[in-house]
Amino acid sequence: MTNLLNSILVIVLMLNLFSLGTTRIVSVIRTVAIQGALLGLLPLLLHEHFSPVIALTVVTTIALKGIVIPGMMIRALRDVKIKREVEPLIGLQTSVILGALGTVFALLFADRLPLAAHHAGALIVPAAIATVLVGFILLVTRFKAISQVMGYLVLENGIFIFGMLLVEAMPFVVEMGVLLDLFVGIFVICIIVNQINQAFSSTDTRRLISLKE
Amino acid sequence: MAFVLILFPILMAALAAALPSNRLRPWLIPVTGTAHLALTVFTLARPDLTVSAAWLVLDPLGKIILLTVSTLFFFCSFYAVGYLRHCAEHPNRVFCFCFMAFLGLMSLVTWSHHLGLTWVAIEGTTLATAPLIYFERTPRSIEATWKYMMVCSVGIALGLLGTFFLAYSSLHAGLDSTLTLEGLLKHAPQLSKPWLHASFLLLLVGYGTKMGLAPMHTWLPDAHSEAPSPVSAMLSGALLPCAFLSILRIYHICVAAGDGAFVSRPLLWMGLFSMGVACVFLVGQRDFKRMLAYSSVEHMGILAMGLGIGATALFGTLLHVLVHGLTKGVLFFSAGNIYHAYGSKSTEQVSGAMRRVPLSGTLFLVGFFAITGSPPFGPFISEFSILNGAFDAGRYVTGGLFLFLLLVVFIGMGATVLKVVQGRASFEARNRPYRDTFLSGAPIIGLLLLVLLMGVYIPGPVTALIRDAVLFLEGQP
Repeated sequence: MTNLLNSILVIVLMLNLFSLGTTRIVSVIRTVAIQGALLGLLPLLLHEHFSPVIALTVVTTIALKGIVIPGMMIRALRDVKIKREVEPLIGLQTSVILGALGTVFALLFADRLPLAAHHAGALIVPAAIATVLVGFILLVTRFKAISQVMGYLVLENGIFIFGMLLVEAMPFVVEMGVLLDLFVGIFVICIIVNQINQAFSSTDTRRLISLKE
Repeated sequence: MAFVLILFPILMAALAAALPSNRLRPWLIPVTGTAHLALTVFTLARPDLTVSAAWLVLDPLGKIILLTVSTLFFFCSFYAVGYLRHCAEHPNRVFCFCFMAFLGLMSLVTWSHHLGLTWVAIEGTTLATAPLIYFERTPRSIEATWKYMMVCSVGIALGLLGTFFLAYSSLHAGLDSTLTLEGLLKHAPQLSKPWLHASFLLLLVGYGTKMGLAPMHTWLPDAHSEAPSPVSAMLSGALLPCAFLSILRIYHICVAAGDGAFVSRPLLWMGLFSMGVACVFLVGQRDFKRMLAYSSVEHMGILAMGLGIGATALFGTLLHVLVHGLTKGVLFFSAGNIYHAYGSKSTEQVSGAMRRVPLSGTLFLVGFFAITGSPPFGPFISEFSILNGAFDAGRYVTGGLFLFLLLVVFIGMGATVLKVVQGRASFEARNRPYRDTFLSGAPIIGLLLLVLLMGVYIPGPVTALIRDAVLFLEGQP
């Protein structure tokens, strides 16, 4: 099981770097969708006993992170008629290198963390830290509103990976509550992105500067 | 009882969404507010009603926040009817729905004893309030909403990571991983220290973002100044305390784990830093609603600092949650009336509020004296008690800085407030149709009387409630 789990997490880490390295926003959305769907599979590997509740969690997570949220983002993207991220704060290559460095750092750092004995071999903790870091890089270096939202989703995916260690602590109801919050949050954000586009004729968040001291 | 207090506002919200009349719909808010306050007082008086389910327990800390939320919402609900009547050209379906759902979610925060559920509720309040901030549909309000959503969502996401770390601290100690407050408090001394400390810092940053502690406060001045006044009052007086409650939870666990000394330092620093940042932006502030927002940053700083001092300052800190909420209601409501009377929030256009809207102008001035800690109002008692606690604990530098920052805030706010209330109103302002009415004035007077009461004589049950909460925090139930 650990082998399969680690292979999925390695793909997740590669998808992180891919999302940093492309200018086409649609590819970023698709990358994050694949990442979300892969993560949705994790509960199947981590539970010894299969139960209907787990099946429901898996199906909901995959549907939401892999299909519904990316669908909403692509619709928002079509409404605001943009295709590419223009001139990110730092170049694409630089951000990929930063992401790779972050991943290496996460792997080294997780080795030094005091982990429970049965978690030591799995990549869960380093993958979680690396994904959170990549989420932050996306959030900070991109200027288009939609790209920033993708950064938030990657960050959220990272936290989701860490949550895989704590199956008993997060009961089904709470797990669903977290997903519901994510869904409504993205829904509200998509509406705001559309309004930003209408009011400022652009989704560049650098134009949002009228409120300052 | 938990289910009634949480689901009743949400049901009323659904009813408001279904009601077609734009004129009648806002009246559902006072109905909800009155019933919610009555039920809250009833629950507080009956100790047997405070356990509703394994995760829904109303402890003394939750009671204080619930009382603050419910009281402020009660006055806010009547004020909101007057406010919405003035903005009759805006459709208010979304506003009424979100405003009441917001109350239900805040009630959930106060009852929740499962930290995962607390997170869901706090994030829910972000989502419910975003459309409220966007009510006026101006480019400025879009900008404020965007910043609010992004900064708070990312901040709170870190809070979720902190919550997971907390669960992992029990897993690493060889216990079953749990996120219920009872389970964590029971095994607090065994929790794995590195994970517990990391969790505290992440939760402080995460919920601190929502609470408006500097340097994560960047969303707060924009959201508070652009939102309609009833919403600003609820954000400042009720939502920020809900985030504070989440910080109280992790503080409680750390104290039970014997880590009181570790947690007090970051709280003290962050508290004093927030007060300092607020001072810098309060001095020379031209936008009077923005001024009130920075005053909220300052008061959240006071709460964090009071918690950091601990011991005898805890009583004042918890009292301050209540009196700050009520006083901010007075200020935001009267500021909303002044905004309607002038159509501007800048002191460049607004002057002579005492003559233009005598009632609101006077109340704004009195509210200013109350919030800056002048006797005989409630904040004077709570701030004095925190100061006393600081000197009792031998923290003379903290106490001295606190006094100095309060003085700077008094001078800074005073300059802006006097510009607003004194002088003569411009010709255009005098010709605007707005006048003080019963609905826009009475809630402010009611709140101000409560603030005055809390300064002159704190009712026995409130004192008992706060003493219970302090004992609960110190681990002597």
